[in-house]
Amino acid sequence: MTSTTAILREIAARLLSSGAVEMVIGFRPGTIPMMNEPCFVRTPAEVGHLVWDSHCGINLANYLTDRKEKIGIVAKGCDSRNIVTHILENKIRREQLVVIGVPCRGMVDKRKIAMKCPGEITRVSETASAITAEGEGFSRTFEKADVLQHNCSLCIHRNPVIYDELAGDLVEEQQGVDRYADVRAVEAMTPEQRWKYFEDLLAPCIRCYACRNACPLCYCPTCFVDESRPQWVGKGQDPVDVRTFHFLRAYHCAGRCTDCGACERACPVGINMRLFTKKLEKDCLELFGWEAGLSLEARPALDQYRPNDPNDFIR
Amino acid sequence: MEHMGVEPGRLQFSWISSAESTKFVTVATQVTEAVRALGPNRRFMQPPLAEVA
Repeated sequence: MTSTTAILREIAARLLSSGAVEMVIGFRPGTIPMMNEPCFVRTPAEVGHLVWDSHCGINLANYLTDRKEKIGIVAKGCDSRNIVTHILENKIRREQLVVIGVPCRGMVDKRKIAMKCPGEITRVSETASAITAEGEGFSRTFEKADVLQHNCSLCIHRNPVIYDELAGDLVEEQQGVDRYADVRAVEAMTPEQRWKYFEDLLAPCIRCYACRNACPLCYCPTCFVDESRPQWVGKGQDPVDVRTFHFLRAYHCAGRCTDCGACERACPVGINMRLFTKKLEKDCLELFGWEAGLSLEARPALDQYRPNDPNDFIR
Repeated sequence: MEHMGVEPGRLQFSWISSAESTKFVTVATQVTEAVRALGPNRRFMQPPLAEVA
C-alpha cells in the first residue's frame, strides 16, 4: 500500500464521518491488473476500497456531471483542470466539492507494458520509479518513465490546480517539454499526406464511442452521433462517417480539452485520437494564449471576444 | 479541416452583411474561382446511394 493510498483513505474517512461530503469518488483495483476503476465510497467503512498507484488514468471529473450531493473527489492535475472546466460550464458547483488533490507523477500505459511481456500479466507491483509485471513464467521490470502514457510524459500540470485537501507533497513540474512535436509533424505534411495519415490512423476504429464515454467533456444528454432526427452522421464503418465522428468530437472539445488522455486510454484498438484534440489545444495556446482549466476566474477562449482576436481567415 | 487533409482554400469563411450586396458578389465569385481551381472534391465524399445499391 503506498503512502498516498493511506492518506487518501484517512482523508476520505474524515470527510465522510464528519458529514462534509456524502460521497467520495476515487479509484479501486480493477478485476485485472493495471485497470483501476472508479469507485464511489459512501460510508467510512468502505474507504478501504480506495487505492492510489500508477494505474489511475481514468478522468474522475467525468462522474461529476449534474450531481446534486456534496462530493469529495480525488483529483490528479488533469482531473482538477477538468473539474475547473465543469464548474465553469455549470455542470457542478464549487461549493459541492471537496477536491482531494493528488500530485501526480504520470500514469502508465498498460499497452506499452503488455507489449513487452511474453504472456498474460497477472500481477503488477511498483516502487517510486519502477513497475514490475509478472505472469506465468515471467517477470519484467520497467522504468516507469519508459512506460508512461504519452500525454503524461508531456504533462506540464501534474499538480492539481484547485484542491481543498492534499494527499502528498506537490511534485516538481516538468520543464522544457516539447508538447506538440507530433502535431507539428502532421502540420509539415502536404494535404494529401495528411489525408492519408488520418485515414490510416482511423482505419481500425470500430465506432464503440469509448473515447467519447471516457471523456469528461462529453456530457451532452444526446450526443450528435446518437441522434437520428436529424441524423448528423452515418452510424456505420464508412470511412467518411468515422472521420466525421472523430473530427466533430474533437471540435466539441476545442478550448476545453486538457489532454488528460482518457480517450486514448479507453480506446480498445489503440487509436491516438489525441492528435485531433492536440491540434486544437495548440491553436488555442498559440492564437489565444489559452490553456483549459487553469483558473476559475478566466473565461474560456471560445467564450469571450477580444478586439485583437486573430481573424485573418475571414475575408 | 486543413489539418486533416482538406486542401487549403476549399473551406472559406466570410462575414457579409445583408446590406453588402457587392461584397457578396465579389466573395462568391472569388470562392467559386478558388474552388474550381482546386478541381472536384475527392475527400469527404460518399458514393450516391444509387451506386451503392
